[in-house]
Amino acid sequence: MSKQTPLYEQHLAVKAKMVDFGGWSMPINYGSQLAEHHQVRQDAGIFDVSHMTIIDMKGGEVVDYLRRMLANDVAKIVEHPGKALYTCLLNDKAGVIDDLIVYAMSSDWFRVVVNAATREKDLAWFRSHLDNMTVDINEREDLAMIAVQGPNARAKADKIIGEELQLKPFNAKVSGELFVARTGYTGEDGYEIICPADKASQLWQDLITEGCQPCGLGARDTLRLEAGMNLYGSDMDETTSPLESGLSWTLDFSDEQRHFTGRDQLLKQKKSTVKNKLVGLLLEGKGVLRAHQDVIFENGGRGTITSGGFSPTMERSIAFARVPQDATESCSVAIRNKHIPAKVVKLPFVRQGKILIGS
Amino acid sequence: MSQIPHELMYTKSHEWIRTEDDGSVTIGITEHAQEALGDMVFIELPDLGNEYDATEECGVVESVKAASDIYAPLTGEIVALNEELEDAPELVNSDPYNDGWLFRMQLAAPDELENLLSAEDYEKSLNEEEE
Repeated sequence: MSKQTPLYEQHLAVKAKMVDFGGWSMPINYGSQLAEHHQVRQDAGIFDVSHMTIIDMKGGEVVDYLRRMLANDVAKIVEHPGKALYTCLLNDKAGVIDDLIVYAMSSDWFRVVVNAATREKDLAWFRSHLDNMTVDINEREDLAMIAVQGPNARAKADKIIGEELQLKPFNAKVSGELFVARTGYTGEDGYEIICPADKASQLWQDLITEGCQPCGLGARDTLRLEAGMNLYGSDMDETTSPLESGLSWTLDFSDEQRHFTGRDQLLKQKKSTVKNKLVGLLLEGKGVLRAHQDVIFENGGRGTITSGGFSPTMERSIAFARVPQDATESCSVAIRNKHIPAKVVKLPFVRQGKILIGS
Repeated sequence: MSQIPHELMYTKSHEWIRTEDDGSVTIGITEHAQEALGDMVFIELPDLGNEYDATEECGVVESVKAASDIYAPLTGEIVALNEELEDAPELVNSDPYNDGWLFRMQLAAPDELENLLSAEDYEKSLNEEEE
């Protein structure tokens, strides 16, 4: 039996198509995934992301603990309550256990939001690596989360929240019972709002009244793909290094005294060779790129698509692929029994409603 | 419950078949199939003149969600294609039984029509699938 978010009944009431996602029954779309995608690029959409796992970590040693556990350095945000940081959680081999966002609430309280499908292993990992440090790890199952995304998202949400928050990107603040972060997974402006579970339905309905359209996980996936944002489990996992997953920018080696988990292994990888890299692919012929298809380069190199699909904004098929470091721009992709021409492009494909890739 | 026109015949793999006056058959996918697949983004039709055996793979419909094979429901030759689908694959979503047709076949063994499902039988097979 799949778990249900506090918004489950709202989804059924409008005949959302529900699917199992990471053990949760979630809306994949409310009718048309394409329309929902465009709604977010052009106006404002809302997503139920209550399946994501919210963990509060509190205590006198929480900064030291997180500086050891996370590959990015929370020292950068500790002096700035509300500031958010995107980071990987690595294992000893520098494989990616999960990617997450950590928010500095105060000097002894951090809020961590991890993926739904990785909830149990993440919590077990965090708890088993406390080493007697005084950190209280508390999963907040009493909270729900709604993402409101799009060029008009903040203006609409501010009306419901009742104040102009004037948040800077990647910053959050508490407003009454709400925790509002200017973050997202679509490449558009907007908020991710955390609220008490029993207030989620009202907030959802208020946002709809304000003109925000419900959008499902299907649109969320094509939006994040266009925006060049990785999906855990597809683009990286415990068997891949962040150095081969387009995540080098999230690794902070600047403090040589900071021995975070995976650091030694990453330095070793950097010294020897990092064989692969994660790139964007644009299909030039006809078809749709999908995960696990082979990418073939003229110099004999081979890669694999990690995420792919149809870009509704570009009306082309796009993908991420893990390819050799020396990959040429020109390549082809094996789609069924044909080799279709494609090319390597710089990520992201689309940001803030604009296509960034020339054809 | 999705629409299942009575005058058509069906396969368990969710194709519909209409017999035309000239003896050829028109083939598409059912309303149930397009609903399950979601918004169509690309349709790969068989080549004109190709010959297929019944139940052989002959094309692919790609939705936002996934690629799904289309099977030739009967043995025969491809004699017409819905070329509008190249620029407007969404016709399969908006009008699966008319403007969203896929291709037409000239049958090699017209008695195979007897193997197809009636609307009632197709509806039954859908109900069994859901159970």
